[in-house]
Amino acid sequence: MSDIQIVEAPPGIEGAGFFATSLDKAVGLARSYSLWPLPFATSCCGIEFMATMASTYDLSRFGAERLSFSPRQADLLMVMGTISKKMGPVLRQVYLQMAEPRWVLAMGACASSGGIFDTYSVLQGIDEIIPVDVYIPGCPPRPEAVIDGFIQIQKLVQTESLRRRDTPEYQKLLASYGIQ
Amino acid sequence: MSKITNEELLSSIKGKFDADVTHVSEPFGLLTLETSRERIIDLLTFLKTDAALQFIYLTDITAIHYPESEKQIGIIYHLHSLVNNVRIRIKVFVADGDVTMPTATVLWNGANWMERETYDFYGVVFEGHPDLRRILNVDDMTVFPMRKEYPLEDPNRVDKRDYFFGR
Amino acid sequence: MQNHPVYTDNDPQTEYSTLNLGPTHPATHGVFQNVLTLDGERIVSGVSTIGYIHRAFEKIAEHRPFYQITPLTDRMNYCSSPINNMGWHMTVEKLLGIQMPKRVDYMRIIIMELARISDHIICNGVLGVDTGAFTGFLYMMKYREDIYEIYEEICGSRLTTNVGRIGGFERNFNHILFEKTRKFLKEFPVALKEFEALFNRNRIFVDRTKDVAAVTAEDALSYSWSGPLLRAAGVDYDVRAMEPYSSYDEFDFEVPVGTNGDVYNRFLVRNEEMWQSLRLIEQALKKIEKEPSDVFHADVPEFYLPPKEDVYNNMEALIYHFKIVMGEIPTPNTEVYHSVEGANGELGFYLVNDGGRSPYRLHFRRPSFINYQMYAPMSRGMLLSDAIINMSSLNIIAGELDA
Repeated sequence: MSDIQIVEAPPGIEGAGFFATSLDKAVGLARSYSLWPLPFATSCCGIEFMATMASTYDLSRFGAERLSFSPRQADLLMVMGTISKKMGPVLRQVYLQMAEPRWVLAMGACASSGGIFDTYSVLQGIDEIIPVDVYIPGCPPRPEAVIDGFIQIQKLVQTESLRRRDTPEYQKLLASYGIQ
Repeated sequence: MSKITNEELLSSIKGKFDADVTHVSEPFGLLTLETSRERIIDLLTFLKTDAALQFIYLTDITAIHYPESEKQIGIIYHLHSLVNNVRIRIKVFVADGDVTMPTATVLWNGANWMERETYDFYGVVFEGHPDLRRILNVDDMTVFPMRKEYPLEDPNRVDKRDYFFGR
Repeated sequence: MQNHPVYTDNDPQTEYSTLNLGPTHPATHGVFQNVLTLDGERIVSGVSTIGYIHRAFEKIAEHRPFYQITPLTDRMNYCSSPINNMGWHMTVEKLLGIQMPKRVDYMRIIIMELARISDHIICNGVLGVDTGAFTGFLYMMKYREDIYEIYEEICGSRLTTNVGRIGGFERNFNHILFEKTRKFLKEFPVALKEFEALFNRNRIFVDRTKDVAAVTAEDALSYSWSGPLLRAAGVDYDVRAMEPYSSYDEFDFEVPVGTNGDVYNRFLVRNEEMWQSLRLIEQALKKIEKEPSDVFHADVPEFYLPPKEDVYNNMEALIYHFKIVMGEIPTPNTEVYHSVEGANGELGFYLVNDGGRSPYRLHFRRPSFINYQMYAPMSRGMLLSDAIINMSSLNIIAGELDA
């Protein structure tokens, strides 16, 4: 028996030479294994992300091979590091420039809640300005934790509906942040 | 080890600036003196250009706030003489109402951002500085955050107020 | 400083464009912004904006006891955080007048030199990436993982280490750490030689970096540069050699100095510093064997937290623990300035104490902040691609820039 692991197929009907499943499952599968992240690295978590992308932990095994620094071409906004109040509008602009479907990953304690910096100049969590899908705690989180958070995002991508942007909950969420 | 002892350094400074140099002390071997705002640039120029002393390296400029003193804001210069391997610390104290100082950018280009940082945190206005504006804080901030009366935490945050443990 | 002619406003044919090399940019290693005015590919002028990750370390430090400031110092230069930690501990030990046993000094040297190597790996690797050579970076990152494993043996964490305590270390170096360090000393020189063979005489790299952003020693000194940048410009100022701390004067190492301060010189100086760090670690390992092997902290019960078994079983340890944590031990009411040779330059700590548990004022003399102010004046007249390489070679760490 070989020990090559293949991704499990979604539930569907199989036959000789064909496989029928619903469209959103197939699209979800395709999307989740080819996410293009935007590494919004500000501080120490950015260095830990560099270690995750390097050969020992290798995030590109999970499909995140092509890092995009342009928000127009990215799917996943990975916010890594402390966001100060001066940086907040910049982050919001980057998020607004991303096209749907888009997901946000807050890596580290500073991006999730301000971390150890409870000061006048640090934004206490990026969810004050943009909606966040997955939070990865840690200061900095180990690369295994980053990969775990990335897999959570992949599960979200696989299981949500085809056009999340049309669902009323999502639109209510964006409205609460003042995003049209 | 340093080629000039602190006594020699002090005597050559006192030779030119006798009355203007006060509060001489040597915490941990680093000669510390205090002078006035009118004489600081002359003192720094003397230390930099004197052939025997050669304090050509400006290590840092920073400030400190003592709210209970008569002269609350102190501006502190650290200089280093690479040739003689000796450091010196010079303090200037000014009262809160008129916190202005002459700029050291006439002597060292490196003083530019150091003075901007001091202005940003303590409100010390350096006269003659080419571009005195805030550097680390948000541009439209009106207060000077490192002063002792300014709180550390963000005053607008409500969800962390805890009855038992404070913030 | 300028090795290209600068086109001025008097020429009616030129039209300048504004480029925002913004806070989020793949080439800026951290969040700082440069608004550049370009004439085609040539930079006419630039304005730097920093503060996008200002976390108010100095203000936080006024509200924390001495031992809780160590995690803050970690997050300044996070590529080589043990150097920041050790520098802070040495500042407090200078203030309190604590003498360290020799073995602790040697242990500190091993950790600090490993941190210096890991910072230079990132800087030189990323300089390679910015010129388009990704392989060197990827090969060298593996050795950073080896260094992380060595840190994990002593303090448990990889990047922001919080290693050591005021008075020494929290636990003794175990044999696994020594084995891993020896293995690193065997394997890393091979990789470093390969890295040098890939870059040092590579035609493309040399053409990209030679005579780019050359700096005279007078300009560098006037802008208060320090560290590898100043040494590449020709001034041999190294805090480890001039004002030795932690027994560096017993060690035999050289301080590499460059000639004209251009990017190629900075690259070579950093590589050579990695070789010298390897020499220092080897010497430290030999010297540690001669010291009694159970000493890992100074005998200062007033400032070094006792081990937990003693706290629960021993009355004096309990009292000391209480006094240290609650801040009942008086500290000298004076001020101290101590500097260490960080990976970027002279990292200084100016501590003004008022006798209590936390400092009255703590100021960090951050080399990245002071080195970066020359960037905008230096890039006048440069090509845009040269300015990017220049920024890479300055090794600006955003955490240290904004503190």
